[in-house]
Order: sequence, then C-alpha cells, then structure tokens
Amino acid sequence: MKRLLLSLLLIASLLFAFACERKGGPGAGGQTGPIIIGYYGDLTGRTSNFGQSTKAGVEMAAAEINKAGGINGRQITILSEDDEGRPEKAATVVTKLINQDRVVALLGEVASGNTLAAAPKAQAAKVPMISPSSTNPAVTQVGDYISRVCFIDPFQGAVMAKFAANTLKAKKAAIMLDFNSPYSRGLTEFFESSFKKLGGDIIDKQSYTQGDRDYKGQLTAIRSKNPDVIYVPGYYGEVGVIAKQAKQLGINVPLLGGDGWDSTQLWDLGGDSLNGDFISNHYSVDDPSPAIQKFVADYKARNGNVPDALAALGYDAMKVLADAIKRAGTTEGPQLKDAINATKGFVGVTGTISLDADRNAVKPAVVLKLQDKRYIYQETIYPEGMTAPAPAAPAAPATSNSSPGAAPASSPAASPAAKTGKAAPSPK
Amino acid sequence: MDTFVQQLINGLTIGAIYALIALGYTMVYGILRLINFAHGDIYMVGAFVGYFLSFQLGFATGPSLLGLSVVLVASMIAAALVGMAIERFAYRPLRKYARMTTLIAAIGVSLLIENLFVARLGAAPRAFPQLLSEQSYTLFGNAAISKSQILIFAVSVALMLLLQWVIFKTKVGTAMRAVSFNLNSAKLMGINTDFIISFTFALGSALAAAGGVLTAQYNPQIDPLMGILTGLKAFVAAVLGGIGNIPGAVLGGLLIGIAETFVVGYGQNVGIPSTFRDAVAFAILILVLLVRPSGLLGSTVQEKV
Repeated sequence: MKRLLLSLLLIASLLFAFACERKGGPGAGGQTGPIIIGYYGDLTGRTSNFGQSTKAGVEMAAAEINKAGGINGRQITILSEDDEGRPEKAATVVTKLINQDRVVALLGEVASGNTLAAAPKAQAAKVPMISPSSTNPAVTQVGDYISRVCFIDPFQGAVMAKFAANTLKAKKAAIMLDFNSPYSRGLTEFFESSFKKLGGDIIDKQSYTQGDRDYKGQLTAIRSKNPDVIYVPGYYGEVGVIAKQAKQLGINVPLLGGDGWDSTQLWDLGGDSLNGDFISNHYSVDDPSPAIQKFVADYKARNGNVPDALAALGYDAMKVLADAIKRAGTTEGPQLKDAINATKGFVGVTGTISLDADRNAVKPAVVLKLQDKRYIYQETIYPEGMTAPAPAAPAAPATSNSSPGAAPASSPAASPAAKTGKAAPSPK
Repeated sequence: MDTFVQQLINGLTIGAIYALIALGYTMVYGILRLINFAHGDIYMVGAFVGYFLSFQLGFATGPSLLGLSVVLVASMIAAALVGMAIERFAYRPLRKYARMTTLIAAIGVSLLIENLFVARLGAAPRAFPQLLSEQSYTLFGNAAISKSQILIFAVSVALMLLLQWVIFKTKVGTAMRAVSFNLNSAKLMGINTDFIISFTFALGSALAAAGGVLTAQYNPQIDPLMGILTGLKAFVAAVLGGIGNIPGAVLGGLLIGIAETFVVGYGQNVGIPSTFRDAVAFAILILVLLVRPSGLLGSTVQEKV
C-alpha cells in the first residue's frame, strides 16, 4: 500500500512538472529579453557536414545581427540540437526545443526526410519553421507555419534535365537513386519527366539505400546500357563512393547530381573520380557580386573554410527570419508566420528570396562542374517567368574553391549572358 | 557476357570479405560453441585502427604499398589484441555458466563497442585515406577489375592458405583441433585450453581486421556501425557453409557475396528491386535452416575448428 501511494505521488509530481513546463506556451519569454531561436540539424550523423555547415551559417548571421544591435533592440540566442540525421530524433529534438526551451521560431533541417518528420510538431505548436535547404515539395505542404528559403525539387530536377539535354546534348540517361530518401525520389521523378519532355530517354533506373557499401552491381547493370549521362541525386557520403566505383568499372560518362553533393567530404571519398561531373546548386562561391564575395570572405575568416551552399542558405534563413521578426514587431507565432510568408524581394547571399503562395522561395539555380576539388561555375538556369537582372548574372569566373594554387582554371562552357532568362518548367 | 563476368567479379570481391569475417565466427563456434556477435564490430575496429594509423604514420598523403602493408599488419595485430581482451574479460568469466549467458554477453559487448565508438568519434562516416593507387585492368572484353579488388582477392586467399597451414601443420593448430573435438579431454591431455581459446580469438579477429582495412580500400567510407550488417551477413555465410567448418565459411561467404550482387544486378529484370540485397542473405539463412540445418559442408562432424 505504501509503495502504491509512493508511486502515485511520483506520477503526480511528474505530471505537475510537465504542467509547469507547458504553462508558458510557445513564444514565452515575453517581448523583452533575448529572442530564442532553435536550430536543429545533423551534427554527428551520416550527413553531419550538412548540419555543421548550416549551423555555422546560422550562427554567423545571428552574430552579425547581434553586433548591429539585434532585432528591435533585442539580442538573438541560437539553441542548437543534434538530430543525428535521423527523422525520429529530429521530431524529438524539435519537440524539446518547442516545449522546453520555448523557442519563438525554428531553423532546420537540410535533409527533407528529417524536416518532414519535425515539421508537423512545429505546425501543431504554431511555431514558425524555416528550412534553409530542404528541397522536397512535401515539406511546406505540412502547413502554413513551414516555409523555406531554397528552391524545390521539381525545379532542381528540371534544371539538371535541361542541362543534360541542352548543354551536354545527352540522349540517354540512367538514374541511380537513394531508394529511401524523399529528396532523392523527388529529384528522380522530376528529372525523369523533364528529360523525357526534352526528347531524352531514361534507359535504366537503379537504386541503393543510405549506408550501402557496394554499388558495383548497380553500376555494372547501368554500364551495360551505355548511357550518355548518369543522374545520381543522392547525398555526398554515398555519391563519393559511387563516383569512385563507377570510374573503377571504366564508366567515363559524366555523373550529374544535386545540392546534396555539396560537401568537403565528397572529395575525400571520391577524389579525382569526380572530375567532369556536374551538380545543380544554390549559389556559386565564384560569383563576383560584392555581397557574395563579402559573405565568402567573412565566413572564411570566421570558420576557416569556404562556405558551401548549405552555409549560405543557413545564413539566409536566419536573415529572413530576423527580417520577418522586425516587420512583425513581435515574436508571437501567428503574426511572425504571416510576416515570414510575406517575404518579398529579400536580397540574400543565395539570390533574391520571395516566398510564393506555397511558401517556397523562387530562385535561380546554378550548374557547377566538379574539377580538381573545385566547383566551377557553368551556367545559371532561371525558373519560368523570372529573368536575370542583367548585371547580377555571375560572370565567367573560375577561381579556386578549396585548393588555392591548384591547376589553372578552365573557362566555363558557356557565357552566362547568353543564358539570361532561360526558362525552366514552373516549380509547381 | 561481359556484364555477367563483371557481376561475378563484383560478387566475389564482397564475398571474399564476408569469407574473411565468417572464418572468425566459424572458428570460435568450432571451439566454444559460441556465436561471437561482437565479431562484426572487430571488423569495424580493424578499419578504424587502420584509419588512425594511416594518419599517425603519415601514410595518408598518397598511395604506397609499404604504407598499406604496415597499416594492414598493424591493424590485424591491434584487432587480435582487442579480440583476446574481449574473450579474457567478457567470455572467460562466464564460461562455466550456461552457454546462453555468454551469447548474451556477446551481444552486450557488440553494443558496447559500437556505442563507445559513436560516443568517442561520432556516427558520421569518415573517408579512409587511399593507400593504393587507383587503377583498373580490363579482362574478358569489357569486364574491369580494380587494383583494390585484386588486393582483396590476393590478400584474402593468402590469409586463408596461411590459416589452413596454421590449423593443419602446426602444433598450436593441432591443439585447436583437439579443443574443438572436446574441450575437457584436451585439457586432460595437457593442452593449455585457455591459451588455445585466446589464440583462436586472436586469429579470427586478425582476419576480420584485414577484411576491414581491405574493404576500406574498396569503399573508403567507414563508420562505427559498419560492422553490424556486414557481420550479420558473414554470420549467415558461416551458417550457410556449415558453422564450425572452415572451407564452408569461405564457400558461404563467396556465395552470399555473389547472391547479393546478382540480386542487385539482375533482380530488377524479374521485378526484385535492388534494395532487396540485404534481405537475400537472410532469406538464404532461413532456407538453409529449413532444408539443411548443418549447412552446405557441415554434414560430417570431422574438423570443427
């Protein structure tokens, strides 16, 4: 009996503790004191380069804002959580950030699968969430509190299809996708439909799963069909090895990829095997525009390496959020969400950010060529109805990315001026 | 035809790795009737020792055959020590209890090693430095074989021959066979059974570590959890060949490797997606257990080492 009473007491006190925890509700901390913003990402898992880069970008933006006096006189505090790259962990840490730390807004994730797991928690708690770089369309369909500052997969897939068909003159493409990743499946779907529309053929489709150790079976099957290009919309960890094993099998056609390739570890894994491959990405560090060059220089000074696209998007996401808080004049969820969703013409590092009705950013993409540990700018492809501002189009640069003093830069295949206003299918 | 030969080469490559690991399972089982579930993690430990040594000894800068040999041998020795330590501290104190106790301890050790590594090093995959220059040779028309694959074949065949020699031509090998027949009788004959068991763990662990370093040359991505699935498949290979039987482990490893690669390479033509590659090993396990529980070569109870 005594035991029973004791355990009941324990349960009661736990419940009481929880009740206290929730009392403040989201956005607590009032309208004074520091603004607490939650960041969650993969800091130690299979895609930890993504999470670390994004975090560095977010923190750099926050430091700049704080140095300039904060938002409406209030400083920003970033609370970071590690989701180890696992969707279930992402949902857990976001719940913690919302209920325990009572953040006013969330920034994260990179991998669409993780964002999709966390987004319903934010939506339910009415805490706005901006994803810096999840490109799967389903992410913002979770609800009106979820938005992003990057383009989406229908556009990214179409960009590569267009590049393959028009610039590389490819007729036959094979696809090697990460079977369990919404990101990879989304890109595959949209690459396939766009490439077919442009008169190309998808002659083979093979799949792998994250963490596989051997890809030669799939690559051998692809090799026997003699494709002109191979589209590999995966993440850097697997892609680096795939590129290496493809070269070992004597496959010499270019591999094409997306922003998931962008990471320094890609080069450690793939090395020279990656030379001659192409990816679509959010921005190019070679872009001569002063805003981008200032960002690259500041980031280098702060972190010691060249920012990848994820760092730039993390930076932009934080700046967009700060801008919205300023316009809303409050950190209350509903008003803040409206301010974020009303973002129009925000000039960021990764381009001018305007959110459309589905809370996706409408932005151009760049195609980069991989050569000797550098990403060499090829061309910019604009979404339908958007034309390049004449002077802002990146000129033909090919400066060193990560290995200064390396081989002489090769000149890009096409003059960007000629590509101005090139239309891609609508990102809907 | 080219494609078929190529798939065969691909399958044999991963099969050789499974075989190296399966040998450790089968030897320990032969002697102690214990499935050493921590064995897959020894494979991972071997790869990580090789990773850190390559950087420490300055071999990470470029391909060198010397560097590769040093790293390979050193990580085999290190893994042998780890294997002996596990046996000494986790399994030996439990040997007098029911066999199930040791089995559960083995699962515990496996989880301990994995999580220690995750805690210390993080779960993020690391890129193993390239110790072998990148080059491929073509044979039979279009079938390509890379240097790392040749290395895997050469080293694993050499190690298997060496193992065969140790077991059948040396005194300690004779003692191992005696212990596998009957531990208590062997003890009565004056064999230091504790030493023999330790030695068996050392041998098996060294082979697994060799597998780890060789795989890392083929696929330079290593992470603390890489031993789980590979270890399980090597275990299936050992059961398929007939657990306790050494040629059986090699045969089982090669078969699993080939089966897996063929599922990936040809499965799609008959409606099996390539993601079934991992399932096929376990499907084979179930079939073997149903049809021939003693495994392919395990029917006669002769040389259980």
